[in-house]
Amino acid sequence: MGALDWVTTKLTDATNWARKWSLFQYPFVTACCGMEFMSVAAPKYDIARFGAEFPRFSPRQADLLIIVGTITERQGPALRRIYDQMCEPKWVVAFGVCASTGGFYQNYSTMPGADQVVPVDVYIPGCPPRPEQVLDGLMMLQERIQRGEGHSQITIKAEAGYDVPLAAIRPIGHKAETP
Amino acid sequence: MAQIVLDQLNAKFTGGEILESGTTHGDEWARIRRDAWVAVATFLRDDPATKMEMFTDLTSVDRLGIHGGNPDAPRFDVVVHLYSVSHKHRVRLYCGVNEDDAWVDTLVNVWAGADWYEREAYDLYGVRFKGHPDLRRILMYPEFVGHPLRKDYPKEKRQPLVRRNAGTRE
Repeated sequence: MGALDWVTTKLTDATNWARKWSLFQYPFVTACCGMEFMSVAAPKYDIARFGAEFPRFSPRQADLLIIVGTITERQGPALRRIYDQMCEPKWVVAFGVCASTGGFYQNYSTMPGADQVVPVDVYIPGCPPRPEQVLDGLMMLQERIQRGEGHSQITIKAEAGYDVPLAAIRPIGHKAETP
Repeated sequence: MAQIVLDQLNAKFTGGEILESGTTHGDEWARIRRDAWVAVATFLRDDPATKMEMFTDLTSVDRLGIHGGNPDAPRFDVVVHLYSVSHKHRVRLYCGVNEDDAWVDTLVNVWAGADWYEREAYDLYGVRFKGHPDLRRILMYPEFVGHPLRKDYPKEKRQPLVRRNAGTRE
């Protein structure tokens, strides 16, 4: 490893550190999970402690897409367009079981998970998830951002010519293993 | 509760337009012949003794496989719920239609509120409303094929508009 690589690595670390503490979210709120989202955003649970307090209501100013609630097949093209409008690097969180898998809807109208149309970095289960779960999911996302393993960070890296095997992506979980 | 509505109907329409009527769980209902559908609705709205000013609901029922002992019973029922604000009584009207000519006349000219309800019934059950000004799908997208609440529509059959490219990171 040359000196330049070392500098680049450290610079990426610093950039990712900055990114993970200043997420600008775009809440794509379609259903009842929105109530829990409001709770997370409000002072009691206070997502601001993680630097993600500022919802932008334009995808062009956001780098974190939070999909809150059930996605129907009819909403698919709109969701995809919103995702495409966001600047890179970007991250996606599926908030609740409906956004993750379709939840208890198994029918003609509901999409079986938002990952059918956009890539998802972190899935938060729950119907709806408790605010603590959401904060837990956000911390997992921060860990992933710091490691440079968000889906769009990997895409950028791959497009720059680095070899990023999918198997290299480690499972997330912020509890450090004790020896 | 609203026996007077049925009495008025049976007194006015004596040519067999009222196929059946009765009371179930305290609610009056009448089964109307299709060619009298709009005439009955207009009468119920205008007659001073019934005065059904308020259109509450319109939907459809798919009776595929549930014919109640009568194999010749029509497959679909169009169901209308009416309420009189003046007299505070309700009535439910049915009109049976067969699968091969599933249509009734529109009620938009009687109650303007029937517009979107008829579009919904058309969208989900495929019953057409003759004379409706704008009979398009209202809940499903135009690309959708079939009518999802029909009992012969596979309940998990999805018709996706968009999907990711499988095996890519984006």
